[in-house]
Amino acid sequence: MTCPFRDLWPLRGGGEITRLGDVDALDLARWQFAVTTLYHFIFVPITIGLSALVAVLQTVWLRTGKSEYLRATKFFGKLFLINFAMGVVTGIVQEFQFGMNWSNYSRFVGDIFGAPLAIEGLLAFFLESTFLGLWMFGWERLPRRVHLACIWLVAIGTQLSAYFILAANAWMQHPVGYRINAERGRAELTDFVAVLTNSTALVAYAHTFMACFVTAGAFMLAVAGWHLRRRNQPEVFRPALRLAGWVVLVAGLGVVVTGDLQARVMTDQQPMKMAAAEALYSTTDGASFSLFTVGSLDGHEELFSIRVPKLLSLMATTSPDGRVEGVDNLQAAYAAQLGPGDYRPLIPVTYWSFRLMIGFGVLAMLVAALTLWHARRERPRLARWVWPAAIWAVALPLLANSTGWIFTEMGRQPWTVFGVLKTADSVSPEVGVADVALSLGVFTVLYGILAVIELLLMVRYVRAGAPEEEQRPAEDGVDRPLAFAY
Amino acid sequence: MELTTVWFGLIAILWCGYFLLEGFDFGVGVLLPVIGRTERQRRVLINTIGPVWDGNEVWLVVAGGATFAAFPEWYATLFSGFYLPLLLILLALIVRGVAFEYRGKVDSAAWRRRWDIGIFVGSAVPAFLWGVAFGNIVRGVRLDADHEYVGSFVDLLNPYALLGGITTLALFTLHGAVFLALKTDGEVRARAGALAVRLGLAALLVAGGFLSWTQWMRTDLTGAVLSAAAAASLAGGVGAAKLRREGWAFVGTAAAIVLATVALFATLFPEVLPSTVAAANSLTVHNASATPYTLKIMTWVAAFCTPVVLAYQGWTYWVFRRRLRVEDIPQAAAEPAGGQTEAAVRQPGL
Repeated sequence: MTCPFRDLWPLRGGGEITRLGDVDALDLARWQFAVTTLYHFIFVPITIGLSALVAVLQTVWLRTGKSEYLRATKFFGKLFLINFAMGVVTGIVQEFQFGMNWSNYSRFVGDIFGAPLAIEGLLAFFLESTFLGLWMFGWERLPRRVHLACIWLVAIGTQLSAYFILAANAWMQHPVGYRINAERGRAELTDFVAVLTNSTALVAYAHTFMACFVTAGAFMLAVAGWHLRRRNQPEVFRPALRLAGWVVLVAGLGVVVTGDLQARVMTDQQPMKMAAAEALYSTTDGASFSLFTVGSLDGHEELFSIRVPKLLSLMATTSPDGRVEGVDNLQAAYAAQLGPGDYRPLIPVTYWSFRLMIGFGVLAMLVAALTLWHARRERPRLARWVWPAAIWAVALPLLANSTGWIFTEMGRQPWTVFGVLKTADSVSPEVGVADVALSLGVFTVLYGILAVIELLLMVRYVRAGAPEEEQRPAEDGVDRPLAFAY
Repeated sequence: MELTTVWFGLIAILWCGYFLLEGFDFGVGVLLPVIGRTERQRRVLINTIGPVWDGNEVWLVVAGGATFAAFPEWYATLFSGFYLPLLLILLALIVRGVAFEYRGKVDSAAWRRRWDIGIFVGSAVPAFLWGVAFGNIVRGVRLDADHEYVGSFVDLLNPYALLGGITTLALFTLHGAVFLALKTDGEVRARAGALAVRLGLAALLVAGGFLSWTQWMRTDLTGAVLSAAAAASLAGGVGAAKLRREGWAFVGTAAAIVLATVALFATLFPEVLPSTVAAANSLTVHNASATPYTLKIMTWVAAFCTPVVLAYQGWTYWVFRRRLRVEDIPQAAAEPAGGQTEAAVRQPGL
């Protein structure tokens, strides 16, 4: 019996084949985590930001009674729901994946890492999903203020969810409040408050919070821009555009400030990641920041580079002459401390993802500023490219989010838990390469198909525009045909 | 009581909640092509669970998270060991969730038909596979000394576990029929009620068989008593359905699902995943658990949060307690609810 199928999915089980030629189950599991997580995080920031923006629109409607705001609420609410569905269904994969593909990681960290995940479900997911159901179906059934409270509770739920999951991730970046139990071969929680107030978690939450509003703001800006370009329903989309533009600018500023804080925390806790962000090989005082480099990044040779003097030291240490440690020096120090091994992340990936994150984010802010300025008084000659810029800028924060996560996760390599557990030691030992290849393939294909469908629906509903004027929904509780989403 | 026992109990409760709640919305999904003969009837069916299915699914997410936190070894072994069944469940839940949200978003019969298939398959597959998974948990699987699952996918498809799958599929489908009879009116209600009686007899047969086999395999007094109570509740529920006492029928099937789930957990205790290779390799509440410190924190969180969650989730069911009729579903075509169509003006809500 030499049927390859038999070998890959052995009927008797055990001794799973985890490597086939150059393909390793570990690599595939990493790819799967990257694909599913980045995909999930397309929808998450839109959900987090847009739930709050829709809540704001509905609140303004209730306070002013202006029907434009009700129409905007319903219009953006519908787009929010289309997006939310994808966030929910791709979220379950994330929770299951730790056990499915990273069982050794789960065994090792479960005592610490499981708690925030469970609390996230209990505190946040129940809140979000239950009150979203009430909000969707409750337009004619709930008193107006109660109905408004529902969408605010959804928004609060998304924030709680973000905090707990980032606290869990922060523990991987900077483990605190634990001890190693050598006998059980695992990390054990000793101080839960320390895990929740981890400085890494606080700055990561602040940074992500702001980024979510940039993302949702850019989304709303693009949609409003699309309609204003066609002079469609300006009574609805002009206020929406103003709200969105200012949200992008203010939150964008927040991203910069919190990112700066984060860089300092990172330099302190994960110096290798900061060095890898700049591809700084030797420890340097007053290090410059390269905007763009052509050269052999791993070969230490630089062919061409545009540099801002002293900026890296300023970012990392707040002092223009501060010392930033280099990759080679850190590698030598880690090897001396932890034994032989390669402690460097993939430098080209960290270098470029760090720059692209910043670049995409700054570009999104510039487009928002330009659009706001242009919307005050349209200049016909500019309109031809300002509106398309506003529309296409929807992609910028999404790209910044993705590159940001690629940077922060790839920059931590070769560790899953920094300094404690390596990625290579985290994978499920008995899940074979064929199983992971299958799941990676199926997820990629299914996610791809769903992305196309989601995009088509979004475009369709954006084009349809806001609902026309209607009488205010009654509050009398009399039965009438229900206005349902399904 | 030891905290490990408390958490074993809490995880049992989470699975009970999940099967009780998502059980009927799986059932509604399975019955969509059977009971929903016209488009408006199908919309009635889907809308009975519209506001609640997502909240019901969170019970699964919390059960998974709680297992991770309270019994990391159990979570790690179970999820990596049952890799392919869980992959299928995930795919089904993804398709199903998207199908609910998207089927009404384009006004085309072909579009809706495709999503209806998604709802049916996405409901039937997990309804079946959860039974297979629990069958294997109770029966035990091949675990080595490191608590790694060393069996194969085919090992999981043994006759006992497959009967478990048929049992959950039958129970959830019945539960869905009973739920529809309770939540709708007119033709849909009559058809669901009649179907519940017929399904009830089949469910009684397979569930009786599965629970008896369980007790024959791993005799446990508490488990046996609970199994008998589950069977009695199921019979009572089916009887009530026959008498058109829809509320009591729902109480009956709900109690049967909860009691059967508790019976499985009681039979399992104190093991959480027995090994068929050697008893020493089995995972138990002791060798799979987190530290007492983590369990204590989690206990406080659960004690404070759970009553609040139950209160607001219960309130949702109260808000949407009214029976749905075909007349409640707007005749209007599916949206986009743009400014252009007249239909949209008559269809204000989201």
